[in-house]
Amino acid sequence: MSHEPTTAPRPGSGTNAPASLTSSGRPIPPARAEWRKAFQPRNLADTMLAGYLPILVALLVIVLPLVWMLSSSFKPLNEIVTLSPSLLPQDPTAANYETVADRVPLLRLLRNSVIVTAVGGFVKVLLAVTTAYALVFINVRGKNIIFLGILVALMVPAEVSMLPNYMTISALGGVNTLWGIILPGLGTAFGTFLMRQHFKALPIELFEAAELDGAGHLRKLWQIAVPVSTPAIATVALVTIVNEWNSFLWPLIITDRVDTMTLPVGLNLLRSIEDTTSSYGILMAGAVLVIVPMLIIFAALQRYIVAGLTQGAVK
Amino acid sequence: MGDTRSSAAVITPQTAAASHDAAPRPAPPSSTERDAHRRRAARKRSAKNWSLFLLFAGPNIALILTFIYYPLIRNMEFSLLNWRLGSPRATPIGLDNYIRFFTSPSGLEVWRITGIFTAGAVVGSMILGLLIALVLNKKIPGRTFARTAVFSPYVLSGVGVALVWDFIFDPNRGALMHILAVFGIDSPAWKLDADWNLVMVIIVYVWKNLGYCAVVFLAGLQSIPRDLIEAAMIDRAGAVRRFFSITLPLLTPTVFFLFVTNIIFSMTQAFDILRIMTPTGHGTNTIIFEIYLQSFGQYQRAGYSAAIAVVLFFTLFVITAIQLRYVERRVHY
Repeated sequence: MSHEPTTAPRPGSGTNAPASLTSSGRPIPPARAEWRKAFQPRNLADTMLAGYLPILVALLVIVLPLVWMLSSSFKPLNEIVTLSPSLLPQDPTAANYETVADRVPLLRLLRNSVIVTAVGGFVKVLLAVTTAYALVFINVRGKNIIFLGILVALMVPAEVSMLPNYMTISALGGVNTLWGIILPGLGTAFGTFLMRQHFKALPIELFEAAELDGAGHLRKLWQIAVPVSTPAIATVALVTIVNEWNSFLWPLIITDRVDTMTLPVGLNLLRSIEDTTSSYGILMAGAVLVIVPMLIIFAALQRYIVAGLTQGAVK
Repeated sequence: MGDTRSSAAVITPQTAAASHDAAPRPAPPSSTERDAHRRRAARKRSAKNWSLFLLFAGPNIALILTFIYYPLIRNMEFSLLNWRLGSPRATPIGLDNYIRFFTSPSGLEVWRITGIFTAGAVVGSMILGLLIALVLNKKIPGRTFARTAVFSPYVLSGVGVALVWDFIFDPNRGALMHILAVFGIDSPAWKLDADWNLVMVIIVYVWKNLGYCAVVFLAGLQSIPRDLIEAAMIDRAGAVRRFFSITLPLLTPTVFFLFVTNIIFSMTQAFDILRIMTPTGHGTNTIIFEIYLQSFGQYQRAGYSAAIAVVLFFTLFVITAIQLRYVERRVHY
């Protein structure tokens, strides 16, 4: 478990001992020890060729398309259709963003996406927390069967239900409405599952103490379960936000008027009416608008998002 | 929970009083009387618990029943109909829709495309993900940042990602054509040829997905005890030998997990990429895209589309069941 074999260097592998101890004999911080070790002359070639070179290649493959998107979105038309494109715009312009706003009501699409994401995300997290609480802490017979039903629902991809859901929502008058976009996705099997696993691991003493004070379930939920579970709730919330923001198929089906579309659906529309080479600048501006918000959220809070999206894999 | 409740009732004055109210005890009750009391109290408590349970979990359960279970059953009903979306007339045709999907050339073509897409997507993102994970597992400064960056495409809008790559693949102005030209390679007809269309969407899907595989592989790699590797190093086993005789065998649970989840993901989550890059499904109508095209695309064959959806559901159900029963039990994380 120790980071490095700092003590008792093995005979024959005397590379690490001097580097990992300061002159006073105290161990130096692992990060710095690692840094020194990686850049020792002996390890330098390995660090560079087997470490940084492949990472650099991978990062280029990941990052270059996004840089290309960002730069193209600021390029004037003559730099888009040129035969010798450059990575960065020579003459940056915001014209593409103005054109997007001209072709589709951009602010309207953004507003719709924000509303759908915020409302959908909030309600789903709320339902996940209350359902998981009930499944763990309220004693009723057959709740394991109910949980099993929720687990099976987790396996049903939304795409399988879309045709009947389209009939239901259109019968309720939900075509081309924001609630029509939000409602069918509100039931949350994933969030419930994640929160249940978390609640099950909470120390029971917390709740017993509250019961001694005569707390009912509502108070136990809001004053104990929720406050001690903020990281888990953040995980569910962020994963839900990412999914709601990126959601495409259902909003595509349920809206055909541009004023109720979400951003991805609006961009699909833009793609179909701007199907020429010269429109790539406009399309890149649209791509920036739908990609960058999640990129920022991810950069800031990636720990929780990764934890949620790889749930089940890492135990 | 039952135990905690009764111990609380004994200790705190309020709850003790409340429990006396609920069951006032006459001096020494006979055993049958006590049983009846206990049963009544239990029933009362259970009714109270049920109403609380429904208050907390009811809305979510109702939504899941209405928008996941009910449509699942409705879909099976639709799948037995010859019915065009929007048409008031629908005639029952038994299993014809299913038979058509499993025997007609167009149905078999969907299977072929789905098979190639899934295989390419799963193998591609797993191999590249593993390679990246192996590099990121080295103790070199900056690997945390690299890990974050590699994962990032996974959370980005598929529509946005597809728009960017659509531009990159453009045969006249795309960046890829210029890059390939530097190496003296002529760009294939990415968008005209149906087979290259399929290769193109696989590449984009792998780009978006490999970070997920890398992160999961990395977690698997980090759970491998270092002493095993060190012991092998003392025995002068080379890096390749160490990988195949120690790392890979110990990584099998992760490989299994990723294999199954990637099959499921690639069968369901690629829709946005397919729809943006190949709007009419030229060589890329995988099963999920076909469900959309058949009912909401130009054909409006709702019954046929429902049948494909039912087939997709059962396929995924079987895969998940195998994972839960077989993989989860035999290999441990």
